[in-house]
Amino acid sequence: MRIARTVQYALLVVIGVIMVGPLYWLLSSSLKDPSQIYTWPPVWLPTNIRPGNYSDAWNAAPFADFYLNSVITTFAGSILEVANAVLTAYAFAFLRFPGKRVLFVVLLGAMMVPGHVTLLPNYLTVSELGWINTYQGIVIPGVASAFGAFLLRQHMLTLPGALIEAARIDGAGHLRALWSVVLPMSRPMLVTVGIVSLVSKWNDFIWPLIVTNTASMRTLPVGLLLLKNQEGYTNWGAVMAAAMFVVAPVLIVFFLAQRHIVTGLTQGAVKG
Amino acid sequence: MPAATTTTAGTAPPTTAHRIPSGAGGARRRRRREYLMFLAFVAPNFLFIVVFSYWPVLYNAYLSLTDWDMISPIKNFVGLDNYVDMFTSLGFADVLLTTVYFTVGVVGGSMLLGLGIALLLNLKLRGRTFVRTMVFAPHVLSGAAVGLVWAFIFDPNYGLSRVFFSALGAESPSWLTDSDWALPAVIIVYLWKNTGFAAIVYLAGLQGLPKDVYESAALDGSGPWTTFRRFTLPLLSPVTFFLVVTSTIGSFQAFDVIALTTGGGPGDATTILSWFVYDSGFRSFQAGPAGASSIVMFVILLAITLVQTRYLERKVHYK
Repeated sequence: MRIARTVQYALLVVIGVIMVGPLYWLLSSSLKDPSQIYTWPPVWLPTNIRPGNYSDAWNAAPFADFYLNSVITTFAGSILEVANAVLTAYAFAFLRFPGKRVLFVVLLGAMMVPGHVTLLPNYLTVSELGWINTYQGIVIPGVASAFGAFLLRQHMLTLPGALIEAARIDGAGHLRALWSVVLPMSRPMLVTVGIVSLVSKWNDFIWPLIVTNTASMRTLPVGLLLLKNQEGYTNWGAVMAAAMFVVAPVLIVFFLAQRHIVTGLTQGAVKG
Repeated sequence: MPAATTTTAGTAPPTTAHRIPSGAGGARRRRRREYLMFLAFVAPNFLFIVVFSYWPVLYNAYLSLTDWDMISPIKNFVGLDNYVDMFTSLGFADVLLTTVYFTVGVVGGSMLLGLGIALLLNLKLRGRTFVRTMVFAPHVLSGAAVGLVWAFIFDPNYGLSRVFFSALGAESPSWLTDSDWALPAVIIVYLWKNTGFAAIVYLAGLQGLPKDVYESAALDGSGPWTTFRRFTLPLLSPVTFFLVVTSTIGSFQAFDVIALTTGGGPGDATTILSWFVYDSGFRSFQAGPAGASSIVMFVILLAITLVQTRYLERKVHYK
């Protein structure tokens, strides 16, 4: 029994080290000066802290633009996606409409279309609209919501119908009922859907890569590719600092809102 | 976002519409208002879904039957030529084979490791909350950034890889530039990134298992391995199938790590289907092969999803 426990703890430590190791290596390398990066044996705890890596990375490519673009497209995209999700969920949960079942299947079917299948046609559509290299070009194709709408609808169906009915009898329209009764009661699920949307838009790579073609319209992840193509893997300290630009906000959000992210991403797995 | 929960398609529970009793004329008017309301609420979303999800599939199907170079105004109809060319060319056979290796490595590996980690995290060990958090963290990080970090780790001179190999008394391979090592390298990165997802989903599954089954198994004197094989694994099978589908869909979309590490190379050692679609469309400007390969991708994933849905429906009938 003792031995089993020891083995279990040993495994736990090994797993922890494997998962944390690369992140620690990222953070520590982003702070090392070259004499501590290009050396053997490796320096585990940097002593010559060099914040200069961050300014080097910031200046190697227009990272200020990348940051601004990422922030704008992420927030605009998520707000629109969540708005779509909320309206669709409410409609499917509380409104009557002929052909609702068919439309519901159409909604769910959209989740089965893999992103790579939409790349080329969406690029053509967006360029037809004259949206190449614009914020709407980056944002609009991603504001449809199938999964989020589905999650929210499932949640809304569990709300006590009497409350909504009462609001309606009191003369509230549907928008009003949605805003002041349904939304407040759906807070946790809304937060979940919102955060998952924010994280996935922040990390989105291939679509912004395709739909933008000037440095000043690129987003952060695409900026990393530019930096790599420009500098190769020569200056590891600066490259790691650039990676930190992208990773740090998400890690902070993750540690603050871990539970919401985990439920959002794993929802639907364990009810079969 | 995982294309999850396709499992519940078609089982929409009856909805609760709330009608306020009133006269016949008022009811009809109210019902019409409700139709309009429904339309107004769902129209934007459906517009985007149709234009940016469904239309692309149709348009790709059409493009796959042409020889369009993405510049000239003329798209010549060439029938199934693109498909025939693809399936008779050795290059595409390699791409499919690489995709199979990659998918089996990433999906199989992350699920096996994930199940192991979930079993461990299900025990009452100190520090398991911290490990659970850290296991899941890589899953939410940008693949582009993760690709850069691992490119450094794989650096044979200054990366952690050298530390690892010198502990074994060997020299680190030059992972990303050696065509034998590049695919394993990319698989390792995706394993690091994706295993946490499988682990957390399995953990949730384990915690939802009925306790009485285990109590009676223990009473029958069933050992831990037998219990695992006879009860835990079968009871987890819906979770397993969910993971097979979502992870397979996810691995078919794998792109950002590859873009930042190997760029599909060296040669075409890491050119999987998703890279091929991008490369033929946006670097070689051949809409036909790009369309055809994305239709192939769509069909494969659709088949996997349908099989899973059928399986789960059968399971539901058993209850």
